[in-house]
Amino acid sequence: MGRLSLRGLDPARQQAVSVSVATGAYAISFGALSVAAGLDVWQTMALSLLVFSGGSQFAFVGVIAAGGGAAAAVATSTFLGLRNGFYGVGLAPVLRPMSGWRRVWAAHMTIDESTAVSLAQPADDVEARRAGFWWTGVGVFILWNAITVVGALVGERIGDPADWGLDAAAAAAFLGLVWPRLASRPAQAVAGASAVLALLLTPVTPAGVPILAAALIAIVVGWRAPTSKDEVPE
Amino acid sequence: MTSYMWMWVAIVGAGLLAWATKYAGHVVPERFLENPRVHRIAAYVTVALLFALFAVQAFTTDGAIVFDARVVAVAVAAVLLWRRAPFIVVVVVAAAVAAVLRLIF
Repeated sequence: MGRLSLRGLDPARQQAVSVSVATGAYAISFGALSVAAGLDVWQTMALSLLVFSGGSQFAFVGVIAAGGGAAAAVATSTFLGLRNGFYGVGLAPVLRPMSGWRRVWAAHMTIDESTAVSLAQPADDVEARRAGFWWTGVGVFILWNAITVVGALVGERIGDPADWGLDAAAAAAFLGLVWPRLASRPAQAVAGASAVLALLLTPVTPAGVPILAAALIAIVVGWRAPTSKDEVPE
Repeated sequence: MTSYMWMWVAIVGAGLLAWATKYAGHVVPERFLENPRVHRIAAYVTVALLFALFAVQAFTTDGAIVFDARVVAVAVAAVLLWRRAPFIVVVVVAAAVAAVLRLIF
């Protein structure tokens, strides 16, 4: 499949296309769960268009499905989206300068996947990093919204994306995208400690906390001056 | 208002808050980002968040630690990455390993 459809694309765009397909497929689950929670097809589509952040959207319909109120759904969704704010800070050196409307749109495209593909490209190749961000952001946006409609209409009949191994594919994709930035010992230590902390917190804190807490490890390690320039995972 | 209308208010509100969170990161002042310490922390933060996300996706389900077919799939993926396999191969093989294991067990 890769040889046929992705030939001729550079690494940033190849990653963008494969991540878009793997992520977009998950909109089947979202669409189905949203309708099962009692939202109609239009409301389900609006969540994908306006919130456009998988974790936040699953949390929103999860709260509604569990009988929670609309305010609780908004609060949980917003909390799970907080990490996107950190991504914008990390992406700023890559994407600036940006004009007003471009920045408005770039903000909307700022998600786990677009950030990961962008920053997986070499730090000295700003063009590749920009291509990775925009191709992934727009690619996921198109597929996520299109497949949300399919999930809302026929989702439960198609089944669980996990049956096709897509949950493992998404995890492997993020591992592959962070991989090139784990060259230095401090970067490896940050990654390892983040994973351990997230797993320890998962059973005892609300969703969203385990991932956000990893930012504390980054602050601790980034606070001290590096012994060499190469140790910071640019 | 009806509960149907309130749901629409909630959806639009969640959308605005999601966008505002993202936008806030993009408008952090340039001078602040040029501080070397802030610059380092910002670089480590993306590694920390994305790797924590990987761990949660690979080893948890609905708030519990779960070791299932995903563990084998990401272990195979790690070996392939270490052997410098192309990205698309890593992703497709991980999906295939998990799907086949679930089919068998």
